Amino acid sequence: MSVTRPRGGGIIAFTFFMALLLTILPLPEWAGPYRPSWVVLVLIYWCMALPTRVGVGVGWLMGLLLDLINGVLLGQHALALAVVAYLATLLHQRIRVFPVWQQALTVLVLVGLSQMLVLWVLGVTGAVPRSWDYWLPSLTSMLLWPWVFVILRDVRRRFGVQ
Amino acid sequence: MRLILLIVLSVVLMTMDHRLAQMAHVRSTLSLVLAPVQYLVNFPVVAGRWFTEGLSTRRDLIAENANLKAEQLLLRAQVQKLEALESENRRLRELLHSGSRILSERVLIAELLAVDADPFTHQIVLNKGSRDGAFKGQPLLDSQGVMGQVVEVGPITSRALLITDASHAIPVQVNRNGIRAVALGTGAIDRLELAHVPDTADIRPGDLLITSGLGGRFPPGYPVGTVAEVTHDPGQAYALITARPSARLDRSREVLLVWPRMQTAPVEAETGTAPEERESGPDGSGEPAPEGSG
Repeated sequence: MSVTRPRGGGIIAFTFFMALLLTILPLPEWAGPYRPSWVVLVLIYWCMALPTRVGVGVGWLMGLLLDLINGVLLGQHALALAVVAYLATLLHQRIRVFPVWQQALTVLVLVGLSQMLVLWVLGVTGAVPRSWDYWLPSLTSMLLWPWVFVILRDVRRRFGVQ
Repeated sequence: MRLILLIVLSVVLMTMDHRLAQMAHVRSTLSLVLAPVQYLVNFPVVAGRWFTEGLSTRRDLIAENANLKAEQLLLRAQVQKLEALESENRRLRELLHSGSRILSERVLIAELLAVDADPFTHQIVLNKGSRDGAFKGQPLLDSQGVMGQVVEVGPITSRALLITDASHAIPVQVNRNGIRAVALGTGAIDRLELAHVPDTADIRPGDLLITSGLGGRFPPGYPVGTVAEVTHDPGQAYALITARPSARLDRSREVLLVWPRMQTAPVEAETGTAPEERESGPDGSGEPAPEGSG
């Protein structure tokens, strides 16, 4: 166990890249607020599956990319995703043995937390969103978690990422 | 430990980004890294359009061509009238010894990249950047009216803020009587609000709002919106006036980047100039407009 050489870093990078693509993929006007936090989902999965490889640093970096691609204040998603990555690595032993619906609830809490951190930053800079729609991504992320989990697990096994 | 360090780093970064103007350079450099992602996401849309265009029938094309010709004829006729009016305006202004406004502006057509930004900010990504001469604060129009302004310029892409974004304000005036106001974005794509208009001001539903050119960022005279509703609430100090943007903010694919030239030149300098000379030089001096509306 302890001597496994890390491999499949490219695969991890690729899944994050796909998550970024999905983040800016054009959706119809009505569906925009429902877009799940793809990057956070992928981050939680890798933190849970490979806590030694993907952690706070990767989370921070992905958050920074998210800030750039969304055109928002640099660092707000970086902060949120670093915290999420920290919690996910801390709890990875527990999340792994949860049944999938319980995992989904954990995802709801983690994505909600990341959104709350972003909301605080928005509050400080004076750009608070006015509607409750702001929280929809947490909900859709929770609902999509089982599929994301299964897909990423298969990807990890197929390509032997460890 | 690492988390604390990164949190501190994030906070420092946010503060710098919020306060320092130099961070714009950092952002524009970093945006180059993400431009391929944006172009990649845009690609299926482009391919789809190319495909449908390739498959359209000859008859459709002929019909479209005829339509375009008719429209061009119509627009030509209007432009003729406009040119006559412009020179007349010039003459009259010279008679009045007031400065002459230069009406012609250099424009460049940019296309939106089909990428979605945060649904709570109204931003769009364009396929033109500093390589094409775009600059921060540059006004953006579509065929119907003012869309917004460029807020971030990368080498090959740029990001623009729409006039309906909650942080955007644009100086306007009522076309009918010249009353000036400031139109604020509300965060809803089809709504603007006029701020601090006295209850007695003569503004009615249906009035056209045009850019006033005050603030020095937007060229004067372009349509911004039409007044939708005027509410007089006796409990409020100001009238509550909402307007609908003229530009098709959520539908336009092609937009115009404008290099405004709106210095009011003194009359002495203008008298010797033939009208042709005025038209001659889109010299590309995209000098940034002075700080104004934001």
